[in-house]
Parts: sequence; C-alpha cells; structure tokens
Amino acid sequence: MRPRKSPKVVDAAPFPHRVLPYFLLAPQLAITVLFFVWPAVQALSGAFYQADPFGLSKQFVGLSNFAALFEEHSYLRAFRVTAIYAITSTVLAMGLGLLLAVLTDSLTRARGVYRTLFIWPYAVAPAITGSLWVFMFSPQVGAGAQVLATLGVNWNYILDGNQALLLIIAMTAWQQIAYNFLFFTAGLQAIPASLLEAAALDGAGPVRRFWTIVFPLLAPTSFFLLVMNSVFILFDTFGLINIVTKGGPGESTQTLVYKLYQDGFQNLNLGSAAAQSVVLMALVAGLTIVQFRYIGRKVHYQ
Amino acid sequence: MKSGLLRSAGLRHLVLVAMAVVVALPLYLAVVAASHRPQALLGHFPLLPGGMLLDNLRSVLEKGLPGTIPVWRMLLNSFIMALGITIGKLFISILSAYAVVYFRFPMRMAAFWLIFFTLMMPIEVRFFPTYQVTANLQLLNSYSGLILPLIASATATFLFRQFFMTLPRSLTDAARIDGAGPIRFFLDMVLPLSRTNIAALFVLVFVYGWNQYLWPLLTTTDAGYTTVVMGMQGMINAGAAFALPRWDLIMATALLALLPPVIVVLLMQHWFVKGLTDSDK
Repeated sequence: MRPRKSPKVVDAAPFPHRVLPYFLLAPQLAITVLFFVWPAVQALSGAFYQADPFGLSKQFVGLSNFAALFEEHSYLRAFRVTAIYAITSTVLAMGLGLLLAVLTDSLTRARGVYRTLFIWPYAVAPAITGSLWVFMFSPQVGAGAQVLATLGVNWNYILDGNQALLLIIAMTAWQQIAYNFLFFTAGLQAIPASLLEAAALDGAGPVRRFWTIVFPLLAPTSFFLLVMNSVFILFDTFGLINIVTKGGPGESTQTLVYKLYQDGFQNLNLGSAAAQSVVLMALVAGLTIVQFRYIGRKVHYQ
Repeated sequence: MKSGLLRSAGLRHLVLVAMAVVVALPLYLAVVAASHRPQALLGHFPLLPGGMLLDNLRSVLEKGLPGTIPVWRMLLNSFIMALGITIGKLFISILSAYAVVYFRFPMRMAAFWLIFFTLMMPIEVRFFPTYQVTANLQLLNSYSGLILPLIASATATFLFRQFFMTLPRSLTDAARIDGAGPIRFFLDMVLPLSRTNIAALFVLVFVYGWNQYLWPLLTTTDAGYTTVVMGMQGMINAGAAFALPRWDLIMATALLALLPPVIVVLLMQHWFVKGLTDSDK
C-alpha cells in the first residue's frame, strides 16, 4: 500500500514500452508457475484423492485424508515434537545471540574479530552440522559422549528419545546463534548512544539500562527473529534430522517435514502426503502473514 | 571507576572467548579426527591434531569410500548446483524487479504478488508436489532438476525493487533525453549501481544453494549427481560399515563440505552481513 502512495510510483512510467516488461518477467513467472503454483494446485487437488503409489487409480475421498491425518497419533505427535523443538531451539539461540551481541557491543577494537568467530556457523549446512555433532556425541567414540560418561550420564541418544531431542535442539541452537547474533548486533547499533548516556547520568547501572532501554527497543528485532527462527527450525533442519536421528528413536524426533518425507517418499502414502503438504503450506503462509504484518508495523515504527 | 571498567571489560572478554571456543569446538574436533588414524579415535579421544590430515583429505577426494563416488566429484556437483542457483536467482530477480519498478503495464501488481507467493513456499514445504512436477518434466538426475525449482525468489526481487525505488528519477529522465532505451539504461546505469546488492545476495544465495540437502536427496538417484552435503549420509554409512569405523575419513569429508561456504561468508563478510540484515528485514 505504501509504495502505491509514493509520488515516484504514481508518476508516469519511466519507459512506455508495452511488451518488454512481459519478457523481463517471463523467466521468474515461468519458474514460479511451473515449480510453485502448479505443485500447490497438485497438492490441493491430490489431498482430496486416495491414489495407489503408481497413480494407476484415483478415488475421490473428500476430506478423508485430512480427517485421517488429525486422527493419526503419530501426526499429532509430530506437531508436538516440532513445537517443542522450535520453541526451545529458538529461545536458546536468541538468548545466546543477544548475550553475545550485548557483550561485543561496547567493544571497539575486538568487535570485528568476535564477529568473525561467531558468524561462520551460519554458512555450515544443517546436514553438516548434524555430521559434526553426530561424531562428537557418538556413543562409541565421541569426545562429547566421553565427557558425559565421566559426569555420570548414561548417554545413548540412539535409544533414548529425550536425549535425541535434546541433541538436535543443541545442534540447532549452535547453528542459529550466528544469525541471531548478527541481527541483535545490528539492532543494538541502531540504538542512539545519547539515550544510554542520559540513563547513565541518572545513575542507572548497566543491568538496569539493559532492561529498561535496550531490551524494549530491541522488541521489533526480537519479534522478527522469533518468526524467522521458527521458520528455519520448522523447515530447514531436515538435513540435520536425517543425518542424526532419522526421526527416531521411535518417533521422538520426527518433525512435520520429516514425517511428510517418510510418508511421501518411503511409505508412498500419496493422499496423506498431499494433505500434509497442504497443512505445511497453510502453516508457512500463516507465519509469512505474521511476518509481514510485523514489517508493516516496523515501517511505521521507523 | 577505571578499575571497575577494566574488570568489566575483562569479564566480557572472558565470556566471549569461552563462547567462541564452544562455537569452534565441533570444528576443532572434526579437524582432530580427520588428522588421526582411525585406531587413535578409539579409547580416549586425542586432544591434539595428528599428522594425517592431508593424507585423509586426498584419500576421500580421490577415492571416497566403498560405495560412494569420489568427493571431488561431489564438490563439483555442489559447485555447479550452488552457482547455477545463484546466477539463476540473481538473473531472474533483477529482471523482474526492473520490470515492476520501471514499467507500467496490465497485471503488473498481479505478477508482483505471484512472485510474493513463492515466499510462502520454501522447498521443504512444497518438495512433495514439486518433486512430482519435476519427475513429470523428466528433470530427475540432471543439473536442471537440481537448479530450476530453486531459483524463483521473492526475497531477491524485493531487495532489488527496494533499491531501484531509491534511485533518483532524474537518472531516467537524463537517460531518455540522451535517447537511451530501457535496455541501455539497465546495462549502463542500473546494473553498475546494483553491484553492492548483487554482491550481498551472491553470498546468501551461494550458501543457500551449496547447503541444499533435501532437494538433491530426492531428485538424484544416479550417484554421479551426488552433492557433497547430501553425500554425507552415504559417507557416514560407508564409514560406519568398517570393522574399525572410519570417522577420520567421514570428518575429512565434512571439512571439505563446509569449507567452501564458510570461506565465501568470511571473505565476503561485509556483503554477507549487509545482505542478511537488508534482505531479511
């Protein structure tokens, strides 16, 4: 809406060409229709049919695929696992990212060095993160497993579902610290120094300055990161889970995306997989709408 | 006051260094493992790197493990995929943004919102139906199949659009007075001015493309197209199958898989940070 009101946009078009813009848009629109819109339509229509794995017969079943989905114990459990995983990892990653950002904020010379030391995990694929940590905590040879053994922990995440979930939470938080650190650093640098100086003159100590000035002013950044971390953990951690736990033991680390992969590609349950795709699309659409509501508000805030 | 400040700074550095060590620990342990013989990894884990790193890296690069392709081939596949996605995304996004900002035509906003739609459809959500479409188009086991379904991008289009909207109107007025058409204006003015944004997006998209796991896992059954990130599972399975598990070679492969994007991020750190904070906010 805002761009529409801008005088620059309301002005006559810089170039009067009628055909060229369609050629410029054609590549992106072709890819979008072919690999996004068409699949979405396929998923929506496929969700109302029960099909055999080879597509030789299809039978209209209405909402049965969705009803079966929400009556299925393992699907509801996947929702719960995904929620626990997303919330815990997000809180850990945001908390640690904020701590590191606050600690580096007032440094001058060393700030660049610390930034380098903290941002590199962003570039590591979740699947590679999983590979590093699966070795570190391997019950047989892992250095982490040996440390836990000396602490008296009976460590075997391959058999213990709680340990497995704890492990993937720790891995994900480790990976996401970098992202959160970067955004909190940018958010802190945007806070006027004069505000903090005024508070210091009034006798407020650093802890009080943090909670009364810094933390409230970081609220937009925090909310943004809450959404972005949730999206990452909901959707981008498939590789990590496939490498480390494969959704197990049992179903204790089976997320919604992982369950869709198993049902669609390993169990070849096509109707259920299509319905699950629709649910995931609705979920991410909701998150995106929340995100843009926020961005709209932020533009006003700025 | 001064001693208090000094103590506070010291404590700050102490916490920061401790956290940096924690963050670096998985990488360090991978280097230690990749530089020892497999026997040394049994019993108590060594504290220091050994002397086998180069031998192990060479071994997996040239031969891989039984049942896998050589890692050099995996790295090449990953590079082709990441570069294809990067070039594809930047190319179609800058053209789309240019069309939306510099022209008025029917369905302009409809096209814009259709592109926006892709924001709600990451590959991990649409992989099941998109796989079916890709299979129907005969694109499985091909670089096209690895690359094309991942190149539409709302984020990159939005970023370029935002930037184009900040360019002064006088630029286009001057160009038209000089008789330049839209293509000349794009190549001579818009593209050079976009260099910073292109560099920023290049880092983000290259890392995104390199790190893909689920999509190559689904679309390649031909071992020749294995990427190094999706190939890790095969390496772990193959390495674990030895009587004496080859964690030395598995970790050597993990190092080779993570170094290219980490190097790109650290070398282009300035643009990486700018791209991330500009495009995601």
